[in-house]
Amino acid sequence: MSQQTTTAPQVRPVGGRTSSARRTRAIHGQRRAFWLFIAPFLIGLAVFVYFPIAWSAFLSFFDAQGTVTPTKFVGLGNYTAMLSDKAFVSSLVTFTAFALLIVPTTFALSLFLAVLVNRVRVARAFFRSVFFLPTACSYVVASLIWKLSIFNGVRFGMANTLLGWIGVEPVSWLASLDPPWYWLVIVTARLWLQAGFYMILFLAALQNINPELYEAAFVDGAKPGWQVFRHITLPLLRPTSISVLLLCLIAAYQAFDEFYNLLGAVEYARPPLVYLYHLALGSQQNFGLGSAGSLILAAIIAVVTVLQGKLLGFGRPSD
Amino acid sequence: MTPPANVSRRAVLGGALGLAAAGVLGACGSNKGTGAAATGGGGSKVSLSQWYHQYGEKGTQEAAKKYAAEYTDATVQIQWIPGDYPAKLSSGLSSGNGPDAFEGHLERSLVSSGQVVPLDDLIADVKDDYAEGDLAANSIDGKLYSIPMINDPQMLYYRKSLFEAKGIKPPQTLDDLIAAAKELTDKSVKGLFAGNDANNTGGGLTTAAIYSTGGRFLTADHKIGFDPAKVAEVLLKLRKFAADKSLLLGAPTDWWDPSAINQNLCAMQWIGMWAVPGMSTALGADEIGAFPFPAAAGGKPAVVSGGWSAFVSAKSKNIDAAKAFTKWLWVDKTDLQEDWSLSYGFHIPPRKSLAAKASKLQSGPAAESVKLNTDYGVQGDPNWTPAMSTALTDAVTRVIGKGGDPETELAGAVKKINTELSKIFG
Repeated sequence: MSQQTTTAPQVRPVGGRTSSARRTRAIHGQRRAFWLFIAPFLIGLAVFVYFPIAWSAFLSFFDAQGTVTPTKFVGLGNYTAMLSDKAFVSSLVTFTAFALLIVPTTFALSLFLAVLVNRVRVARAFFRSVFFLPTACSYVVASLIWKLSIFNGVRFGMANTLLGWIGVEPVSWLASLDPPWYWLVIVTARLWLQAGFYMILFLAALQNINPELYEAAFVDGAKPGWQVFRHITLPLLRPTSISVLLLCLIAAYQAFDEFYNLLGAVEYARPPLVYLYHLALGSQQNFGLGSAGSLILAAIIAVVTVLQGKLLGFGRPSD
Repeated sequence: MTPPANVSRRAVLGGALGLAAAGVLGACGSNKGTGAAATGGGGSKVSLSQWYHQYGEKGTQEAAKKYAAEYTDATVQIQWIPGDYPAKLSSGLSSGNGPDAFEGHLERSLVSSGQVVPLDDLIADVKDDYAEGDLAANSIDGKLYSIPMINDPQMLYYRKSLFEAKGIKPPQTLDDLIAAAKELTDKSVKGLFAGNDANNTGGGLTTAAIYSTGGRFLTADHKIGFDPAKVAEVLLKLRKFAADKSLLLGAPTDWWDPSAINQNLCAMQWIGMWAVPGMSTALGADEIGAFPFPAAAGGKPAVVSGGWSAFVSAKSKNIDAAKAFTKWLWVDKTDLQEDWSLSYGFHIPPRKSLAAKASKLQSGPAAESVKLNTDYGVQGDPNWTPAMSTALTDAVTRVIGKGGDPETELAGAVKKINTELSKIFG
């Protein structure tokens, strides 16, 4: 690797008018290059993100069933309809339950894996890859494996076969409401898929901790193990921990694939995106209600994320 | 690596931008994939796309392609759609990227949003050959929007040998059915399979529960057509299946596929007549029997009469050609209709003349199914919208799955359905 300087190439003033004219031209050129470089991205963002959001906001004020060019203005009717819709409200509850289950478990598991892999002396790259590998698997594929092979409800499903060895009757994992075993299926699927990714984040942070701190702690009489982890490692992981919590929560908000593929749109496990998908894009095609719902959801996500960031001190300068 | 000196940075970027823009525009403009290109040519044949949902039976896709290839007045491309067909169809139709001709189920919203065209003229000559109920289920406000292709009665099918071994007779009442399911359940076999969600959302048992009280979804003058108190009684009984652990749940395939009963996972299955050949091959035709969903107090046994119908999209660029093709296949070519109804899964041909001479439906479980459909079959209502259906199935799920109070839950659903009805009919 060659040494690189980070200073910008200097424009040497040679003299008088010519140099300033050249500089202006250089700035113009740079500006043009800037726009040329970001234009493709910006155009894509405008066409595929901002424009649809604006259109969706427009649709949310209209009775737009089966059409995206509605004519019947209903004011805030769609918003009040969504907020008084029992199914939509219960989808928010489902989602909250999901977040409460998945965020702490992902956090704990990925931190645990990171500490393990960090400690391991042999084949560290192997273990790192093995735990990270599921991240590359698609949610749809994982859902199908979970549904059809591991957690299918008949006696020859994998989980039921294992339970059968100890004499437990087959459990219908996805259709059982009491106890709600479907949460186990949903949470384990996502845990398997995403824990490796957050493990890498933690691992990077762990390797950034100055070993001298551990030596100092040792000298001061801190017992290796829990005491050191609690008072040295965990506080130093704080910025990473906060990011992981935020990322996890945002990912949980976007829950769709595993719910849709594992359970379809059953009443008891239908997060907002699945409900809105059926309302707006499924056979109902009610774009007005769907848009209103998605904007309400966006507002909730924004508020919660900001609050969480404030509470945890995200972006606060580290000391 | 350095870029070739004679290519300016601007040219490269400009080119890239141009390509990106072309990609964006191309994506917006492309319509029907390969079909669209053929349309423009002067004098060349019109190109149509025809959509089917994915039929489970072997040979169906090839048959659909064969029919299309036989048609000479247009080039017909078959799209065989796996997965959530209603959702894909809806987005296809509303975005204008949909089919010219397709199969589906008539719903009022298809008509009110102007997505389909009336087809009365296509069947004018043979109108008498269709049952009145079939025409009504495919009409809205007196206009026919779809041509019945196949009728699919859905009911309970059972393994005769398993019934005989335990001395059980086909149930006459819901209590009998619940008791039979419990009796038939043992370590490896469950009594009843009615879908992986106990058919709360699949549309089988919930629908049958309503019909069995003598009710309908809606009345002819667009009011709620069932008595919630009577339906609540049936739902309370349906809860027993779960309590008795006699339901098969979480099978690898869902209720419309005969694998569960074929693989000895259940003794009874709620399924359609289409599966009769599949079940007969696996288990023997003599092993399969059929009975309707038992009558509730003061009601009637119930068979759910489903099916598929042929539509022409109003957004098609070649409506006339699509209509001509639909008439050719689903009205004129009775030999192909017969093939479609009887050579793969079993379906009742909607044409009375074809049904009368369908010898394959005149013996065994198929004949039983046809008779039960004639006696008890109830057809869907095109005014019953997906939103109403969701309201009802959600309530049923809460009652059966979560132990919700049936009166309260059904009252909630009724309120929502009434809101929908007043939105549509004022």
